[in-house]
Amino acid sequence: MVQTREPITGKLCLVSGPMIGASGMLGVSMGEMLRVGSLGLIGEVIRINGDTVYAQVFEDTGGMMLGEPVTSLGYPLSVELGPGLLGGVFDGIQRPLEVLRAMSGDFIARGLTAPALDRAKKWGFTPTVKAGQKVVGGDVLGTVQETRAFMHRVLVPPNVSGVIKSVVEAGEYTVEQPVVVLEDGSELAMMQRWPVKRPRPVVRKLPANQPFITGQRVLDCIFPVALGGSAVVPGGFGTGKTVVEQTLSKYCNADIIVYVGCGERGNEMADVLDEFPALTDPKTGDSLMNRTILVVNTSNMPVAAREASVYSGITLAEYYRDQGFSVAIMADSSSRWAEALREISSRLEEMPGEEGYPTYLSARIAEFYERTGRAEVLGTVAEGEEPRQGSMTLVAAVSPAGGDFSEPVTQTSLRVAGGFWGLDASLAYRRHYPAINWSVSYTLYLETLKPWFRDNAPKGWLENRQRAMELLQRDAEMQEIVQLVGPDALQDAERLILETGKMVREVFLQQNAFSDNDAFSSLEKTGGLLETLLEFYDLSKNAIENGVTLNRIMALPVREDIARLRNESNADFAEKRATVCARMRTDVAASATKKG
Amino acid sequence: MTGNNQTPAEAPLRAEYWDLTYISGPLVFLKNGGRFPSGAILELTMANGEIRQGQVLEASTSHAVVQVLQGTQGVDVKGTSVSLKQEAATIGVSTALLGRRFNGTGVPIDGLPPAVVDKEMNINGAPMNPVARNKPNDFIETGVSAIDEFNTLVRGQKLPIFFGSGLPANEVANLIVQQARTRDASEQFVVVFGAMGITEREADYFMRSFDEGGQGGRVVAFINKANDPAIERVFTPRCALTVAEYLAYEMDYQVLVILTDMTSYCEALRQVSSAREEIPGRRGYPGYMYTDLSTIYERAGRIRGRKGSVTQMPMLTMPDDDITHPIPDLTGYITEGQIVLSRSLHRQGVFPPVDIIPCLSRLMNNGIGEGRTRGDHRQVANQLYSAYAQGLDIRKLMTIIGEDALSDMDKKFLKFAIKFERELIGQGWTRRTIDESLDASWKLLSLLPRAELTRIDTKYVDQYYQAEEETAATPVS
Ligand SMILES: Nc1ncnc2c1ncn2[C@@H]1O[C@H](COP(=O)(O)OP(=O)(O)OP(=O)(O)O)[C@@H](O)[C@H]1O
Ligand SMILES: [Mg+2]
Repeated sequence: MVQTREPITGKLCLVSGPMIGASGMLGVSMGEMLRVGSLGLIGEVIRINGDTVYAQVFEDTGGMMLGEPVTSLGYPLSVELGPGLLGGVFDGIQRPLEVLRAMSGDFIARGLTAPALDRAKKWGFTPTVKAGQKVVGGDVLGTVQETRAFMHRVLVPPNVSGVIKSVVEAGEYTVEQPVVVLEDGSELAMMQRWPVKRPRPVVRKLPANQPFITGQRVLDCIFPVALGGSAVVPGGFGTGKTVVEQTLSKYCNADIIVYVGCGERGNEMADVLDEFPALTDPKTGDSLMNRTILVVNTSNMPVAAREASVYSGITLAEYYRDQGFSVAIMADSSSRWAEALREISSRLEEMPGEEGYPTYLSARIAEFYERTGRAEVLGTVAEGEEPRQGSMTLVAAVSPAGGDFSEPVTQTSLRVAGGFWGLDASLAYRRHYPAINWSVSYTLYLETLKPWFRDNAPKGWLENRQRAMELLQRDAEMQEIVQLVGPDALQDAERLILETGKMVREVFLQQNAFSDNDAFSSLEKTGGLLETLLEFYDLSKNAIENGVTLNRIMALPVREDIARLRNESNADFAEKRATVCARMRTDVAASATKKG
Repeated sequence: MTGNNQTPAEAPLRAEYWDLTYISGPLVFLKNGGRFPSGAILELTMANGEIRQGQVLEASTSHAVVQVLQGTQGVDVKGTSVSLKQEAATIGVSTALLGRRFNGTGVPIDGLPPAVVDKEMNINGAPMNPVARNKPNDFIETGVSAIDEFNTLVRGQKLPIFFGSGLPANEVANLIVQQARTRDASEQFVVVFGAMGITEREADYFMRSFDEGGQGGRVVAFINKANDPAIERVFTPRCALTVAEYLAYEMDYQVLVILTDMTSYCEALRQVSSAREEIPGRRGYPGYMYTDLSTIYERAGRIRGRKGSVTQMPMLTMPDDDITHPIPDLTGYITEGQIVLSRSLHRQGVFPPVDIIPCLSRLMNNGIGEGRTRGDHRQVANQLYSAYAQGLDIRKLMTIIGEDALSDMDKKFLKFAIKFERELIGQGWTRRTIDESLDASWKLLSLLPRAELTRIDTKYVDQYYQAEEETAATPVS
């Protein structure tokens, strides 16, 4: 829970962009929230020198005069947790943007405050505890149907425990009305607060042994990440980071998505808001928006709130994890957060580390990634029941300057993330989407996921993955030779590798996020496509060994059928594939009997 | 910043302070930081009576930092007084600005008296609430195939033009201004033109072209020339965008904002930063340049329930033709795509010399397809892209192994790539409708075997593909 203290008021003594100083603030602690100036802008204390505090301000500081009042609120930057978050759109400090729009119109005025959770709205609460029962942090007090598909579990806040004195009847309550009173007199409501920079505790972290299924062939098959894992997606501008984040938000197998638009474009958010409500949640069939929480701090919104936005987002995600859901958090782009840190650090005149970033950058990034994971969450485990589990998967975009991955944010993130999906401008230029460079990307989750794939994925999944990687590797080697001496130097068997490599790249690895039939590829389709391509390779190789020329094989019309297979819907795929494979077998065999 | 049109007689008496202590580059430091609000516009009166403007960048009990728009040459600490002009930088707006020309901070330079204004608006604007945004999806037909077909521009988008020095970027921008149409012919664009550090010749070219093309009365121009004070450039795009927002969101206009040259803008920013002794980022540009540029570029868009729109076309020189230079790099990270001009196409006489490979329009998907442009648009563009990229690879290969060693298939792709550059991209000053662009594209695609067109649905291939008879041995290079 959030500790509070009496407010302290001092005077503004410095204004420098997003940073302010205030004197007469003895007693204020690091990380506390401030209301700055006559407009009451929101700030957070980041340095203390005697009775002077320095703070980053989450709104534009233009027009402030020295001497204006600054009040410390006595508690750190926190978010509100409770029913009503799903489907919501919040700014970096969790102000509901629709409410702000109602207050100040189409442009965000300064000094506005609005609670994240609607105070007037009543929710149907069904208690699951009785008077006299002992409860500890994480126990479920009752449930609320938050959206059509989600049963929200109202939890005892971590660090709270006691014996229940009274519980309300099932009925309609606002988020602030107490639903449970403990023997010590403390009242628990559906809403709780949590300071964003403090991780919500869990009982213990669990091994990540289930895959985060994305419907993207290159990810699911070649570089899979686990539920509860983390992936970094670095790439220069326009290489497809946002498309990856948005596509995963639409199709991945997490229950809930927290999408953090950190320092990116307003129109991209308009896009999400336009599209998501109309799409269906692949797991529940309800509107996709109802499993999504948007935290939006676009690039033109105040820079300090960017930093807050990733923490707000991850705290919301933890709260749903604690209820036992699998949550995916999409951070686009974590570089903007790092740059915000750099900007504030430079205003504080701290000694810069690499590329001007503060020396604590890597520590902050590591702490952040450590909040992800699969976990056994808090709460009493009843006799004969399994402990509740939740997971939080992080997909963080990184925007390296000049597209150069050697910069600090990419490198530090790589040290702590388990998956690296590197986007390559030269692939994007060729419209090879998703532009994930298969020769530099990697996943550290493959070993732990192998058993799952063996039991659940189409037959031969792991073996075919291995073969595809080898084929792509040889394809790259052959291409180098061609670049040097031309294709004539190659035998037909080697040129077959080039041709099949091209097919694997174009048919299997490439996937258009805007294609109706191919934006999401089921495991069956992913496995089937690869299997088809490899079978084509084997048949052709065999034919070439029997004296058929490559040109003859390449002229087979069935190649076009194979290329078009990926445009089949997941539902039709198996049937179409059977036809194409049959044709492929007869055609390649026929070419062999004719010789040529 | 023009708002204050009071004559000295009407102006209320203003407190003057002799506070200057330190001068460095474009900055002056005042010894008392508590007199003026941050961001305030000050007037510096020099001993000889000359008046300059400054803006408070930082205020603390020990000092205030003020950037002087007209530079500090000739300013001294003893004889210069400061007084408050305005609490914040503002500009007067009204439709009477259409057809007018101003300097980089909004002072008329067309010899006419100041325009009658409706109201004063803060030039920094306020961030648009993301939930108020309306998704941009109205196709703007520029008449240029390289843009309409491959990098479609939509209303409310920000799409910059990147070019190396010496490339005909101004001509391309002008071409677009001259030819752009929206589907609803009754709607007209007005143009807000913001120029930072451009030469007399360039300024003249634009103004003359606008007049000759008949847009003169629909243009509001803010012009800071190469020999005008550099720090004024920091204000120019903000003045331009404030006027654009007013025209779009309050007066229902479709506004096209051209900002050129953003590289000069960034250099002015760097100058201020280095005078403040800030820790420099890449190539000496300040670490906050991304944030600063985003407060310019993000001011493009549309708002739910309002008719107008602000579409931005910033133009910038890539120093040394380097797209990874911080200015194009940070711009590309904010804008919704980019149009890149190519030196090699320009040398070959291709106009407009657009290199479509590094180009992108991220909002293209919203603006095209059945009912907007044509059903085959997306797929045709994808197919052309990939075929062109393949043709370029073959051209590279040919330099190693010679033309004779190319297979017949390779030769087809090569011929395609050459025709693609010369005919489709190099359309010259003719205007093409999107249908004409697509039809021209199918003619090119017909140079390739049908089986290669796997990115296009068979139904469109059936409808549009017409195999050419083998034209006998056309030379390919
Ligand atoms: N999987 C995909 N399928 C089809 N098109 C794609 C795909 N991925 C990316 N693109 C194309 O690339 C464009 C740029 O992608 P995106 O906006 O995701 O880039 P980004 O890496 O987020 O860039 P920035 O860093 O500037 O935000 C998209 O607008 C789209 O046209
Ligand atoms: Mg992006």
